[in-house]
Amino acid sequence: MKFVDEFRDGALARGLAARIAAEVQPGRRYAFMEFCGGHTHAISRYGIAELLPPQVRMIHGPGCPVCVLPIGRIDLAIGLALERGAIVCTYGDTMRVPASGNLSLLKAKARGGDIRMVYSAADALKIAAAHPGREVVFLAIGFETTTPPTALAILAAERQGLANFSVLCCHVLTPSAITHILESAEVREYGTVPIDGFVGPAHVSIVIGSAPYEHFADEYAKPVVIAGFEPLDVMQAVLMLVRQVNEGRAEVENQFTRAVTREGNLAAQRMVAQVFGLRSSFEWRGLGEVPYSALAIRPAYARFDAEQRFGLAYRPVPDHKNCECGAILRGVKRPADCKLFGTVCTPETPMGSCMVSSEGACAAHYSYGRFRDIPVRVEPAAEPVQP
Amino acid sequence: MRKTISVELVPDAEVGDYVIVHVGHAIGRLDAEEAERTLALFSELAAEEATAAGAAAEAALAAAR
Amino acid sequence: MKKDYQRPLDLRSGRIDLNHGAGGRAACQLVDELFGRAFDNEFLGQGNDGALLPAPPELLEGGRLVMSCDGHVVSPIFFPGGDLGSLAVHGTVNDVAMLGARPLYLSASFILEEGYPLADLKRLVDSMAAASRAAGVPVVTGDTKVVEQGKGDGVFIATTGVGVVPRGRVIGGAMARPGDAVLVSGSIGDHGVAVLSRRESLEFETAIQSDSAALHGLVGAMLAAVPEGSVHVLRDPTRGGLATTLNEIARQSGIGMHLEEAAIPVKPQVDAACELLGLDPLYVANEGKLVAVVAPGHADAVLAAMRAHPLGAEAARIGSVVADDHRFVQMATRFGGRRVVDWLTGEQLPRIC
Repeated sequence: MKFVDEFRDGALARGLAARIAAEVQPGRRYAFMEFCGGHTHAISRYGIAELLPPQVRMIHGPGCPVCVLPIGRIDLAIGLALERGAIVCTYGDTMRVPASGNLSLLKAKARGGDIRMVYSAADALKIAAAHPGREVVFLAIGFETTTPPTALAILAAERQGLANFSVLCCHVLTPSAITHILESAEVREYGTVPIDGFVGPAHVSIVIGSAPYEHFADEYAKPVVIAGFEPLDVMQAVLMLVRQVNEGRAEVENQFTRAVTREGNLAAQRMVAQVFGLRSSFEWRGLGEVPYSALAIRPAYARFDAEQRFGLAYRPVPDHKNCECGAILRGVKRPADCKLFGTVCTPETPMGSCMVSSEGACAAHYSYGRFRDIPVRVEPAAEPVQP
Repeated sequence: MRKTISVELVPDAEVGDYVIVHVGHAIGRLDAEEAERTLALFSELAAEEATAAGAAAEAALAAAR
Repeated sequence: MKKDYQRPLDLRSGRIDLNHGAGGRAACQLVDELFGRAFDNEFLGQGNDGALLPAPPELLEGGRLVMSCDGHVVSPIFFPGGDLGSLAVHGTVNDVAMLGARPLYLSASFILEEGYPLADLKRLVDSMAAASRAAGVPVVTGDTKVVEQGKGDGVFIATTGVGVVPRGRVIGGAMARPGDAVLVSGSIGDHGVAVLSRRESLEFETAIQSDSAALHGLVGAMLAAVPEGSVHVLRDPTRGGLATTLNEIARQSGIGMHLEEAAIPVKPQVDAACELLGLDPLYVANEGKLVAVVAPGHADAVLAAMRAHPLGAEAARIGSVVADDHRFVQMATRFGGRRVVDWLTGEQLPRIC
C-alpha cells in the first residue's frame, strides 16, 4: 500500500533505533508523552518500546477520548435511551465504558435501550432521517479530529430540516489537556511530572495545525514534535525530541510534514467555529474539571443540542477509590503500579478510564505489553522459524 | 478497492490526490513530495547509523591490531 | 378433480408463512419439494423424524464417535464466496475434522422468518446441498420451524455433524507441547473481510471471497503424511480469528507460543481492507483455514502435504510452542519489536459466522 508500507519498514526501524541509541546521552533519562490514540496504538502494535533504548520512556497521556469521557456523561446517554426512549448512536468503544449503577451503554442495550453502534455522525443522521417519529441522539466524543464531522452532521441536519436529531456534545480540546497536565493542582499531589517533551498528535494536528503548540514550547520550555501515526514516524519523532533535549531546545517541530501544516485545515476549523463554542469548564475522567477544554453547541443550533432539547442536568460521579487513572494519565504512575490493574480491572471488566478503550494506557499495556512485567521463562524454539 | 467517503472537509481535493481518512471523512491532503522527503530522511538516518557502525567497527579493528 | 394433485410451491415469488412451520400439509410440502429434493439421499428418503445409520468400520475396530454442533447466523446471508447454507455445512464438517475424525453425517435445523422469499431459500438450500455433496457428507435428518416476522433474521441454521475417529488417535487443544511447530493452512482474514466489506459497501476490483471450505480432505492428507501421534492439535480459526484460536490452545495446553508476524500469510487486499476498516487480520474470522500444532520432527512433512493440497497451497509455518506458565502468545512484529497477541476483547464484528 502506497504511503503506508514504506512507513513500516523493519530495516529502517532498526536503523532509526540504532541512531536513537547512539544519540541518547549516557546516564540521562528521557520521558516523552504522547496523547494520541493512534500513537498509543502504533507503539503497542509494532512493539516500538522494545526498539527504543532503556533510557527513553514513552508515557501514554490522555489521548483517548473514550477514556477521558466521565461516568456522568455516559449516565446522561443511558438515561436518554432507557428513560426518554431515544435512539442513542455512538462509536463502538463508548459502548463498554462502565457507568453508574453497574451499567454501560452495552448493558443498557441488553435491557432494551435502543442503542446503536455507528461509524460516523453521518450514520446517526441517516438513522434520524429513517425514523422521523423517534428522537435520535448522537453521542459525540473525540478531539479535534472528530469534531468537524460532527459539525457537518449538524449543518446537514439543519439543511434537511430534521426535527428529531440532536447531539450530546462531549468534544474536547487537545492543547487544554496538555496545559492541565503541566499546571494542575493535582501536580502537587502526584509530584512533579517528569516529562521532557511531547509527541504531538497526528490526526488532530492535521486539523488544528502546528501553531497551537508553539505556546507550550514557549511557556513551559518543553519541546513538541508532531508525529505521523506510522511506526517510523513515531521513531523519527523520538529522535527529534532526543536531539532537542540534548541541545537544550524547546521548539515545535513537525515530523508529519506530509499532512500537517502550520495553519492546519482551515475549512474544517471554520465549520467547527460556526457550530461550536467553548465551554468554560468540563470534567475529564481522571483529570477533574479542566477550564476551556471542551466545546458546546452554539445557541443558533440549540435545537440540535441534546442537553438543551432534553433539559439534561450533568451530575459528576467519582471513580473507584483505588483507581490510579489520574496519576497514570499524567505519567506519574504506570499501569502496573495500580492495585486494580490486571485483577479487578481488565479490558473485559474495566474499572477506570485507562482500561476502557483499546487506546487507553492500561488497555494497551494489558493487551500488548504486560508480558514484559512478568519474568517469562523463554525456551528457544527447537528449530529456527522459516517463513 | 473503493469506498465512498466525504470530502466536504477538504474542498480543494482533486481526483488523484492522496487524503488521510478518519471516520468516513477526508480530513487532510497528503503531500506526496513531503512523503518522499520523509522516507528519504528515514533512509539517510538508517544509513548514517550503518556508516557509523562501520566506522566504529573499523576503529575497533585498527585498535586491536 | 385430478387425483393426488398438489399445486407446487411458488418458488419464484412465494414467501414463507406460518403454515410452513405448522406441521401440516404446507410444512410437509416445503420439506418434500424444497429440502428433500435438494438434499436427496437414502437416509432422508427413509421418511422418519430420525435417520437410521450404519456403524462405520472404524467404530467397530475400537474407534470413537465424534459429534459437533454449530449455529449459523451470518448476516448478510449471501456474500462473496459463499452463503449461510454452504457455511453451515463447512463449519460443522470442519469442527468434526479438527478432531482428526472422518465426517459422516449432518443434521440441519432451519428457523425461518415469516416473509422470507422462497426463491432465496431455494438458492440457499441448493447451495447447502451442493456443499454437502462436494464434501461427501449427506444431510440425513432435519427440522423446520417458522417464527413471526420480526423475530428472526431471515434464516438461522443449526447443524450437527457426526464422525468417527480411528482407535488410538488423540488430537485436541490440550495436546500442544514445547518445541512443537505452529502451522497455518493459508491466508487469514478472508472470510470476515468478505462479509464485512459487503456490509459496509466496500467495492473491490476483484471482490475478496470468503474462504469457506470443507477441510476434511486436507486433514486426511496431512495425517496420512506422518506417523500417528505427530499431529497434536488441529483447530479452525473462526470467530475471533487466528489470535483467539492460538490463545485457546495455549490455555488448554498450558503453554505459550512465539510467532513471526512476517510468516503469517495475509492477502494484500485483505490487509488493505483491514487497514481501511480499522481491523487487525489476526482477529478476523476464517471459514476454510486450519491451524496445526505438530511435533517438530514432522513439521516439514505436514507442511509439504498441506502445500500439495489445493486448500493448503499457501500453508506456512508461523511459529513455535514454548514453555510458559502465563500462556502468552507472543509475536515478533514485522517492524522488529515484540508484542503479545492477546484474547479479543468485546465484539469486533457482529455476526459473521
